[in-house]
Amino acid sequence: MTPEEEKQVRARQKSRAIVTGLLLGALVILFYAITIAKIGGGGQ
Amino acid sequence: MTTVTLDQTRLPAHWRDFVALTKPRVMTLVVFTGLCGLLAAPGHLHPVLAFTAILCIALGAGAAASLNQWYEADIDAKMKRTASRPLPAGRMDRQSALHFGVGLSFFSVILMGVATNWLAAAVLAVSILFYVFIYTIWLKPRTAQNIVIGGAAGAFPPVIGWAAVTGDISALPVALFMLIFFWTPPHFWALALFVKTDYAAAGIPMLPVVSGEVATRRQIWFYTAIMAVAAMAPVLLRLTGPLYGTVALLATALFAAMAFQVLRRRETDPARMGPEKRLFKYSVLYLFLLFGAVVADRWLFA
Repeated sequence: MTPEEEKQVRARQKSRAIVTGLLLGALVILFYAITIAKIGGGGQ
Repeated sequence: MTTVTLDQTRLPAHWRDFVALTKPRVMTLVVFTGLCGLLAAPGHLHPVLAFTAILCIALGAGAAASLNQWYEADIDAKMKRTASRPLPAGRMDRQSALHFGVGLSFFSVILMGVATNWLAAAVLAVSILFYVFIYTIWLKPRTAQNIVIGGAAGAFPPVIGWAAVTGDISALPVALFMLIFFWTPPHFWALALFVKTDYAAAGIPMLPVVSGEVATRRQIWFYTAIMAVAAMAPVLLRLTGPLYGTVALLATALFAAMAFQVLRRRETDPARMGPEKRLFKYSVLYLFLLFGAVVADRWLFA
C-alpha cells in the first residue's frame, strides 16, 4: 500500500468510526427513553 | 486483476454507501404507511415507543433493501438505473452488505419486540423474510407476476404499525394491507412500461418483456379494478367514515381514468409515454392521499 492509499484508508476508517460512535450515542439515549417510557416515568 | 479493483476492495466502504444500501427514498412510503397504521389504531402508545416502532419499520425496510442488493449485485450491474449502486459500482464488497443486512434485520426485529410487542416484531420479521426469500430469491427471477405476490412485502407496514399499538390485527389493517397489495401491480407496471429496456438487459422477467406491452396495459387496468374495490372496502365495511369515503372515491376515480387512458394507448417509445409516467407519479400521491385520509377520518369520526 502506498502512503497515499494508506491515508485514504485511514480517512475512511475515521469517518466510519465517528458515524458509528454517533449512532451508539443515539442508541444509548433511545434505550434510556424506552426504559423511562416502559416503567411509566414519562408522560402518561 | 487490475490495481483499480484491488484498490476498490481494499478501501473500506464509505458510511454513506451503507445509507444508500437501505434505499432511503423507497423507505419514505414504507415509513408513511406504517405511521398511518399506527395513528389509525385505537388506543394509546407512548410517543417514544411509537417513534421506536416507526424506526424499526424503517430499519427493517433498510435491512431488506440491503439483502436485496446483496443478492442482486450481478443483475443491478446490468441495468442503467441500478449500475451505480454501491455493490455493482464496486464501492463495497458483497460480504459487508450481507452482514449489514442480516445485522440490521435482527436489530430491528428485536428492538420492535422489546419496545412494543412480539406480534408487531413477528410481522416485521415475516415482511423482511418475505421480501428477501419469496420475492427477491424465488419469484423475481422466475415469473412475470413476481411483483404481484412480492408486493405483499410492501403491504405489511400499516399492519405492523397497527399491531405495535393494539397487539392484534383487526379488519382495518387487513384492508389497508389489501389496498397496498393491489396498488403495487399498476404502480410498478406503469414504471416497467417506460424502463422495460433495462429489465430486458438484466434478464428479469418483467411483464412488458415476457407478455408484451398490450398485455401489461390490460393487467394494469385489471389490477386497478381490484385495487378500487380494496380502496372502497374500508368505508363499505364501515371501518372508516365519510371523509375517507369521499377522498377514496375521488382519488380512485382519477386513478381509474388515468389507468384507462394507459389501457387504450399503444405507444411503444418510452420518450413519448407521458400518460404512463403520469400514472406512475400519481400512483405514489394516491397512496399518500388515501392513507392520510384514513388517519384524518379515524381521528375525526372514530
